[in-house]
Amino acid sequence: MSTMTAPPSSGLTFSKARGLRKVKNNIATGLVTLAFGLALIPLIWLLYTVISKGFHVIVDAGWWNSDQAGIDFKTKGGGASAAIIGTAEQVALCTVISVPIALLVGIYLVEYARGPLAKMTTFMVDILTGIPSIVAALFIYALFVTTLQGFRAGWLVSFALVILMIPVIVRTTEEMLRLVPNELREASYALGVPKWRTIVRVVLPTAFNGLITGIVLGVARVAGETAPLLILVGYSTTTNTNLFNGFQSSLPGLINDQFTNINTPTGQGVYHLDPVTGKRVAGTVANYAPDRLWGAALTLIVIVMALNLIARLIGRRTKVA
Amino acid sequence: MAKRIETRELDIYYGKFLAVSGVSLTVAPRSITAFIGPSGCGKSTVLRTLNRMHEVIAGARVEGKVMLDGDDIYAKDVDPVDVRRTIGMVFQRPNPFPTMSIYDNVVAGLKLNSKRMKKSETDTIVEKSLRGANLWDEVRDRLDKPGAGLSGGQQQRLCIARAIAVEPQVLLMDEPCSALDPISTLAIEDLIQTLKETYTIVIVTHNMQQAARVSDRTAFFNLSAVGKPGQLVEMDDTEKIFANPSDRRTEDYISGRFG
Repeated sequence: MSTMTAPPSSGLTFSKARGLRKVKNNIATGLVTLAFGLALIPLIWLLYTVISKGFHVIVDAGWWNSDQAGIDFKTKGGGASAAIIGTAEQVALCTVISVPIALLVGIYLVEYARGPLAKMTTFMVDILTGIPSIVAALFIYALFVTTLQGFRAGWLVSFALVILMIPVIVRTTEEMLRLVPNELREASYALGVPKWRTIVRVVLPTAFNGLITGIVLGVARVAGETAPLLILVGYSTTTNTNLFNGFQSSLPGLINDQFTNINTPTGQGVYHLDPVTGKRVAGTVANYAPDRLWGAALTLIVIVMALNLIARLIGRRTKVA
Repeated sequence: MAKRIETRELDIYYGKFLAVSGVSLTVAPRSITAFIGPSGCGKSTVLRTLNRMHEVIAGARVEGKVMLDGDDIYAKDVDPVDVRRTIGMVFQRPNPFPTMSIYDNVVAGLKLNSKRMKKSETDTIVEKSLRGANLWDEVRDRLDKPGAGLSGGQQQRLCIARAIAVEPQVLLMDEPCSALDPISTLAIEDLIQTLKETYTIVIVTHNMQQAARVSDRTAFFNLSAVGKPGQLVEMDDTEKIFANPSDRRTEDYISGRFG
């Protein structure tokens, strides 16, 4: 066919079609970029607010090594040490319980599960993902306090958080293990390596980074939960390192406590609510609760970010150079 | 160390679907046997039943016998893991373990099975296996680098080194060159020729020239229609299959009339 070699003479129709597509392409690109920008606005705004209001609080050394004992809204200072200890203990216990269970469930679902039991497990995990934290908290309360006559304490919070954390980690574990190519499993089987050893020595190391990310996501998910704290451990201004006895402070608990202090009749610099009219009125006495509120919020974000960074570093180090 | 493989009236099922039926063949020790045939005729399936690798797929099962020097590898008390230690396999796509170095990849079969060995012993095995796979000179000064950093052909030779490091009796190869360029293919084919001195080799290939170049015996598989089970049409000396096959279908296939 000689027409193949001839240059296209009707260049006009080509450029026309291209013009239309260019417009469509530009519109689509514009929309996607706009959506991206819109999604970014609240995130950046939030970070800006928390950092601008909380940064001067957390750079004070006292913030990290003192608690809230004897500090009320009129008092400057005080720290988050009790809250950090409480949150760290509660989340640590929760993580220690959740991670093995969730990893094993994820491994079961990807490597072993067949048929109805697998579908049921996936379905249950889906339902668990949607359970509100306050429902998990009420369940633990009903079980351990009402039924078993126990006392409110930090470890009950950990148990409620376990219910919230397990589905998050199961989900990511499942996804990460499915990403491991089947060829690697086959290569291992073909070398005469049993299935469980293949999972432990080939599949899990290959998915290691993803699994760590999943665990950190789980920690981030539960570290900011407030409902279980209010229901199961209350709040304490003093340091209580005992996870199994007494009220405990926590970062979300500290934020909540400071928030309730904002609305005192004598606050200044912020506002208080007039008890009669219900309107906002500027107070007469300085109120330091908002500072601590933002400080605690920023502390929570910093801790979760730090965990994330550590997880990434671990992931990088375990990769073969 | 090489052993003879024999199958008798082998039927292979995926669930209720009969994928391959009535395969009886014998593979002599220290020989190269090529499986050829059109796509979907079940040659890879047959290969995978020879070391019970098809059992990895849910619902797959066999009827009939596969024997290694007279021992039925599907006998009730036989551990499939043990079968796979004796009969190694190299796959279509090179699949070195991405988390391991070249060194660790070679001894993976030993290490993953938690064999305790001195460093000097593993050093010896690594060098011997890599030399056996014609890869030693290319990687000797970067054994601690990841295996995934090698070229495709090198990766495939690494996989062969990994397979022979556990000293199997038989080596099964499932289209080992189909993902490789001609030069890497040539390197692998040369390697297969030298491996033949030690191992019994079965190779599945889509490339008939390759079958003609490397194998002593060739088995032609075919299926009568889509949805029907694949079957072994004939198996004979490679020269005879390509020069003067006994079956009409074989002749049609190798002369390019179908498939």
